[in-house]
Order: sequence, then C-alpha cells, then structure tokens
Amino acid sequence: MQALTNRISQVSRKPMSLWERLYLPAIFKGMMITFSHIFKKKPTINYPEKKRPFSPVFRGLQILNRDEEGRENCTACGLCAVACPAEAITMEAAERQPGEEHLYREEKYAAKYEINMLRCIFCGLCEEACPKDAIYLSETFTPADYQRKQFIYNKSELLIPHPKENPEEYKKALGNRPVKAEVK
Amino acid sequence: MNITTILFILLSAMAAGSAIMMLLNKNPVKSILWLIVVFFAISGHYVLLNAQFLAVVNIIVYAGAIMVLFLFVVMLMNLNADSEPAKNYRLHLIGVISGGSLLLVLVSALMKMEMQQPVQMKIGDAGLIANLGRTLFTDYVVPFEISSVLFLSAMVGAVVIGKKD
Amino acid sequence: MLLAVDLALIIEKLVLIIVVVMASLVIAMYTTFAERKVAAVLQDRRGPNRAGPFGLLQPLADGLKLFFKEEIIPNFSSKFLFVLGPGLAMLTAMMTSAVIPWGDKVELFGRNISLQIADINIGILYVFGVVSMGVYGIMIGSWASNNKYSLLGGLRAASQIISYELAMGISLIALLMVTGTLSLKEMVVQQQSGYWNIVYQPLGFLIFLICSFAECNRTPFDLPEAESELIGGYHTEYSSMKLGFYLFSEYINMFISSVIMATLFFGGYDIPFVDETTLTANTAAILGVLALMAKVVCFIFLFMWVRWTIPRFRYDQLMYLGWRIMIPLALFNMLVTGGVILYFNK
Repeated sequence: MQALTNRISQVSRKPMSLWERLYLPAIFKGMMITFSHIFKKKPTINYPEKKRPFSPVFRGLQILNRDEEGRENCTACGLCAVACPAEAITMEAAERQPGEEHLYREEKYAAKYEINMLRCIFCGLCEEACPKDAIYLSETFTPADYQRKQFIYNKSELLIPHPKENPEEYKKALGNRPVKAEVK
Repeated sequence: MNITTILFILLSAMAAGSAIMMLLNKNPVKSILWLIVVFFAISGHYVLLNAQFLAVVNIIVYAGAIMVLFLFVVMLMNLNADSEPAKNYRLHLIGVISGGSLLLVLVSALMKMEMQQPVQMKIGDAGLIANLGRTLFTDYVVPFEISSVLFLSAMVGAVVIGKKD
Repeated sequence: MLLAVDLALIIEKLVLIIVVVMASLVIAMYTTFAERKVAAVLQDRRGPNRAGPFGLLQPLADGLKLFFKEEIIPNFSSKFLFVLGPGLAMLTAMMTSAVIPWGDKVELFGRNISLQIADINIGILYVFGVVSMGVYGIMIGSWASNNKYSLLGGLRAASQIISYELAMGISLIALLMVTGTLSLKEMVVQQQSGYWNIVYQPLGFLIFLICSFAECNRTPFDLPEAESELIGGYHTEYSSMKLGFYLFSEYINMFISSVIMATLFFGGYDIPFVDETTLTANTAAILGVLALMAKVVCFIFLFMWVRWTIPRFRYDQLMYLGWRIMIPLALFNMLVTGGVILYFNK
C-alpha cells in the first residue's frame, strides 16, 4: 500500500535484549521522567484569585452604554435586533417625557431591552450595527445560573453603572475598551 | 482459678463452639469463616502453651494461606446452600457410623489416660523458635527430613499436574 | 491474685496504643491528601488547594463527605459479612503497628517507657501473620457484595496476595539468617551499632519492596480494583464510610509497610551518622522517632511516585512475575546468603 506520509515507522519486533528484559532500568527511566515534572512550571492558573487577561478583541457579555453624564445612549432603533443572527435581542421603544432629559440622551429610548443569553452567540454584530455606541461586548462571561429564565437579561442587568453616581463601577465595567469617538 | 485457666476455658469454648458452627452451617463460605475462627482459637492455645512460633505459623499457614485457598475455590465455584446435592439416607447412616466409631476411639483413649496435669501452661519452652529449631534438627532430624521429602514430592507432583501436557 | 499486674504498665501501654492508633489514622488521612498532591505535582497540576491553607483541610472534608453519604447495602447479600469485610480490613491494617519499635526508651515520670507496644520475640512473624489475614477483609467483602465484579476483584486479591506472600517470606528468611533474630527491636539495635541491613540484603530488599507493593494492592499491582475492567473491583458495592474503611485501610497498609521496610532494611529509628549513646535518652528517642518518620515519608513518596509512573500489569504478567521471577530470585538470594554466612563463619 502506498504510504500517505513519510512519517511511517516500522514497529520493531526484535526480541528484547537482557537489559530490556530486566524491566527495572526501564522503570527507573520512567520514574526519572515523572520526577523531572515536579520542577516544571505548572500551567494552571488559580482562577478566582488570578485571572487570565482577555485578548483585546474578546467578546463577552453585552453592556448598554451611557454617555459621560449618565444618560442612556440607546434610542431603540432596533438595528441591533435586526442584525442579530441568533434573534436574541428584543426591545420596546418609548418616547422621552419632559423632565427625563437627564435619563435619556435622545427623544426616543428603550423602555424594555432584553437579550436572551442562551441564544446569544457573542458574534458582536449588535455592537457593529449600533449607530449610537449604545451596546458593546464587555470582557466578562455570562455567569452560570440555575434557571433558564435567569438568562434573559433585561435593562437593569445590562446597563452600565452610572458614571457620576458610581464612578469606580463605571470604570470597571468600561474595562480597557478604547473610547470611540462620540457619535453625534 | 487464675487468668490462664480462664483464658483456656474461653478459648476452648470458642474452638468447640465455632467448630460446631462450622459443621452446622449450610453455606460453605460461612463454614470456612467459622473454621478460621477455630484456627484462631487453637493459636490462642499455642500462645498459652508458650509456643508463640507455632501459634503464628498456624495462623500464617492455615488461616492465612490454606483457608484463603479454600475460600477461593468455594467462591470460584459459587457453592451455595441450594446447590448442595441432596444426600441420601445411606450416606447419612455411613457418616453416623464412622463418626461415632471415631468418637468411641477418642473417648476410650482419653479415658485410659492418666489425668495429671493436662497441659503445661507457660512453663514449657519447646515452642520457642530457637529450641524448636534445635529439637527439629537434632532429636527429630529423621522424621523432619522424611517429611521434607514428602513435601518435595508433593511439590513436584503439583508442578507436573500443573504443566500444560 | 487474679490480676496481679502493674497498673502503671497498663496505663502506659494504653496511652501508647491510643497514640499509635490515632497517629496512624491521621497519617493515613494525610497520605490520601499527599497522594492527590503528589499525583498533581507529577502531572504538572496543582492538586487540592481550596479547603484551608494549601488545601490542608481536604482530608477532613473527604472524611466528612464519606460519613454523610447514604449507606447502601445490596439486597441478597449477607448483611453481617458485608459489614464485617471493611471492619476486618481496617482491623488487620491497624493490628500490625503493635510490634513496631517506634523509638527507643523515653524517661517520663521516673519510668523507662519503651516506645513499642509489645516486644514479642517473633515480631516479624506476627507482622507476616497479620498481613496474611489482611486478604480476608477484601475476600469477605467482595463475596458478600453478591456482585460478579466484586467477586472477581476479591479472587484476584486473594491469589495475588498468596502468590507474593511466598516470595516475601523467602526474602525475609534471608534477612533473618543475617540478623539471627525475629524481634524487630533486636534488629534495630543491631543496625544501630553496625551497618543497615540494606547493605547485606540489597536483592532481598528489592524483592521485599516489590512484594509489599503487591500486598498493599498498589499500582502496578492494583488489579483487585482495576477500574477499567472491574468497575471498582472488590468495593464496587460499597458506599459511605464502609468504602472509606477500605480506602483508608489501603493507606494504613501503605504506611505500615513503609515502617516495616524502614525498620527491617533502613535501621528503623536509627539516626544515620549519629551515635545515639552520646545523646540523652529523651532527645535520642524523639530524634529517633523523627528519623523513622522521615524514612517512612520517603517510602510513602516512593509508593506514590511508582503509582503515578507505571501502568498496571496484566493479570498473567502479574502471576508470571510472582511465581516465575520473584520466588526463584528470592530462593537464589536465600541460597547465596546462606552460603556467604557459612563461608564467613567457618
């Protein structure tokens, strides 16, 4: 038969020499190999104490963004929902009432915004589709849960902390994401 | 009534009781386990006779090796109480006669014996390993060697039987 | 007097027994932990490090888990024997420690207390007898489980232990010819003044070491519980603390056989390159116990090191090694030893 690669090596069927039949030298060799592993560096990272740094292009849990005054960016245009290949995003729009200018940046906002994390494939198309820089994928995982309905994240779970009231949390949630130019 | 006598009575009761249990048990595995208890009681007697070497060898050889082999075979054949073949009436009769005559011989021999000191507790030192070895290789060297030849022939026989064709 | 015995002696021995039993239990507990750590280190992993500092409370957590698990006793099994099995395994594992000299004498409250529970003149034979009893725990438990895998595991354990006991006994006979005594204490005293027995009996030690691996059912001889073909082997049907007893007795056996090997071949509580007579009795005793423990730790590490290096034997290879290699080697060793002794004593 024609060999597919040139890496084939024939198995040696020679009878074992006395040295090999003694068996103990081979055992000793094997034990030396395992012993040398004691001094090797361990690749394991102690997870909760130490975290492996994510790559800058890592796509994790979605976050609904605010501007620097703490107003929600989202205008409920629905482009993210249209772009979503997994159809994980649903939203309901509402009109901004007078006196709510400090809450929402523009006249229309998302009264309800839900992402089903069991459907989401973390492709990042919502982030690319968003004209207002209102949604982006952060550097965290979706935490485990006991019930399916817990995986449908609503606005309260998705919104970034308020930059004025809770600046540290805001910084943390923002991560080391390069700040995009303000879209007007 | 000193402590040796109490121990002697306890061990004897244990030996006799477990021997009876061994005979009465329908399940062969449990019979073997009772037999092991008998060996332990007998080893206890050896210790009382200041023959520790014999006691330990009794445990190593009989309880530790031979009984393990018995148990091994019984477990491998999976003998149970229900797979025991039904013995017929004649076999029962023969068993009673032969056992009874053995009992008769034993009892008559014991009756003839003079009852002085039945056992020499804690004073004999023939069971200690050094004395035992010396006795075996001086006074009893001929029977010892004969029995060793017997064992050798048994071993050769076992090898011959165990060999493939 | 019916019980004319020294009360202080009884108290002393009782305390010693309790200390030895507790110590071997604790050591066995931490051996399970060490096993997991050593396995991890040899495989470039970290091992248990969550419970307590460095995971030191892990054995407690394991024990607690075993205690709170549900007790399952299979139907159609002999209940008494099913419970007796692990109990016997544990009992025989603990009994051996009675004749081991843990150290020299200590002076306490004006009394000379020997750190040995019983110095009987057939010490090593006693150990041998108890070890030969050890197989019953496994056999009874496996039979009472009424499970074919258990039974096969038990049968394997029985035939394996009997096969390797012979070679072990013969290698011991060669050692006894050198030392001329059966008492473990005597042997240690001899090694304190002279060389360690390993110098006189290197081949005997090798045979003894391999046989004690087999007697402890450790890899590469762990066929009684070969999980790839026998599920769990003899303890397939066991759960809860009864399973814990089986696992525990394995570790106690490992500890005890390490102690025996250290005592027989490596001088026991003898501190290497130190003359004990120059020290005071108490320091010598304490240092001696520490020296023995250091030797034991090395042996336990060896047990684990081998376990995580060498794959399991096939059963026919095991029998071949036991009967066709170990026993002739041990006989050869005995003959050579006898010949040399005869030559030099002329």
